[in-house]
Amino acid sequence: MSNSMIIGQYIPGDSFVHRLDPRSKIAIIFFFVIIVFFANSVMSYGLLALFAIGSAATSRIPLSYIMKGLKPVWFLVIFTFLLHLIVTKQGEVLVSILGWEIYEEGLIQGAAISLRFFLLIMVTSLLTFTTTPIEITDAIEELLGPLKKVNFPVHELALMMSISLRFIPTLMQETEKISKAQASRGVDFRTGSFKDRVKAVIPLLVPLFVSAFKRAEELAMAMEARGYQGGEGRTKLRELHLGKTDVYLYILFILLVIGLFLTRS
Amino acid sequence: MDISFDKVSYTYQPNTPFEHRALDEVSFRINSGSYVAVIGHTGSGKSTLIQHLNGLLQPTSGEVKVGEYHLKANEKNKQLRKLREQVGVVFQYPEHQLFEETVAKDIAFGPQNFGVPQEEIHRRTREAVKATQIHEDLLERSPFDLSGGQMRRVAISGVLAMNPQVLVLDEPTAGLDPNGQKEIMDMFHRLHKDKQLTTILVTHSMEDALAYADHIVILNQGKVYMESAPLEIFKQQQALEDVQLDVPEVIQFVTKVRDQLGVELEYTGQSIAELAKELTRIVKGDRVYE
Repeated sequence: MSNSMIIGQYIPGDSFVHRLDPRSKIAIIFFFVIIVFFANSVMSYGLLALFAIGSAATSRIPLSYIMKGLKPVWFLVIFTFLLHLIVTKQGEVLVSILGWEIYEEGLIQGAAISLRFFLLIMVTSLLTFTTTPIEITDAIEELLGPLKKVNFPVHELALMMSISLRFIPTLMQETEKISKAQASRGVDFRTGSFKDRVKAVIPLLVPLFVSAFKRAEELAMAMEARGYQGGEGRTKLRELHLGKTDVYLYILFILLVIGLFLTRS
Repeated sequence: MDISFDKVSYTYQPNTPFEHRALDEVSFRINSGSYVAVIGHTGSGKSTLIQHLNGLLQPTSGEVKVGEYHLKANEKNKQLRKLREQVGVVFQYPEHQLFEETVAKDIAFGPQNFGVPQEEIHRRTREAVKATQIHEDLLERSPFDLSGGQMRRVAISGVLAMNPQVLVLDEPTAGLDPNGQKEIMDMFHRLHKDKQLTTILVTHSMEDALAYADHIVILNQGKVYMESAPLEIFKQQQALEDVQLDVPEVIQFVTKVRDQLGVELEYTGQSIAELAKELTRIVKGDRVYE
């Protein structure tokens, strides 16, 4: 069941990328996503690709995993590529197939957009591959910290995030268990008309909701019993620390930005 | 129905770093009408094994035969539906599968899926609730209003109403109070005899295995570790301890008495009363010699 669900799966490791402060990773990825849209020459794209591939290589995540993570967006990439081929009508005509002309500019545009997609997805999936969900929520809580001043419930938001992340595997297991139990009682999830299949989902969803609510109630009770209260005055088990490696990353990134703007055409 | 496993292996998530071989060339036979206990530690492959019995899982290699139905690797069985009608599975915590508005509807859900006529469903529902001792007044209530123990009985009734030939029980009494446990186990044993079912019980309780089963299969790390009649199995205390399994208390008691008093005493399935008599005779007999 979970075989195709690669996106968002943490892969334990001890690489340079794994050890970075999650705040740095999120910030860098945020800015990377922005600067990707500034690239417009072969050299500038080359620099960005070098950065993305270099990060992927230092993370020591197997290439096959990164490729699997790209799977769900292949369709989007190919679609936009084709769209550009068809719609853009600038530059010289390269080839003409059955009266359909492919323009030079279309090919270049399509390739550039696809490359952007790849770079974005590669770098962002690298975040989830090398950072535990808890680290990500901690980092988001810290980064959104300033919003507390305007009474934005940052801590509560982070708590909600980590609780939902925590229960995804549990709910998946539960789903599998209940669907097996109902299959044993003669429910067929795989064949039949669309209507039949929708109907077959009810015996799955009802128990799932019931148990999710029960679990939520139990969790709330357990938290209350241990005197849990929101963010104010609450200390952390794992404090986030910016280290030397983070500084190196910033320097590298600033160099990348400078390089990018120098190579822009 | 006769059941046989022939060199059955099952691997979870093959060809990934999470690959896990849960069953490793498991072979055994279960004769029609027998009551078999499957024992083993958490992670020994018990749950994987029972999911092969109604085709929820297909062996990665080897062959499973349940009556006339065959399950082989890489071969789709088109009669899964029929197989599932004949093999009723009571999963761990079966009350989690309840979903209908009323108890009666939930019990009827299985048979309905298998196309049993309405009247027959009514008859089976009444029979099932009688067996599981659910009061008929509860039939029109929502299953979610019931107590945990009652929900368990409703869920079990839902499986019984399918009228299966083979009953697979995965720790059916986990989390129940001792009285409820005995009631449910006795109920299954009665059904087993009355309807000549083939029963497969997955359990951690050696006491249950000794009391109800006529054959025991012990799994360890996906392999069949031992397989024999209960009394034979429990004679091999050391072998059991090697895989962190215990011998039932009554047998431990008999062994201790025999070793400490140095008398001839063997457990052959006596009741507590019979054992007491035997012991008295031994002890008193010794006094006569003094």
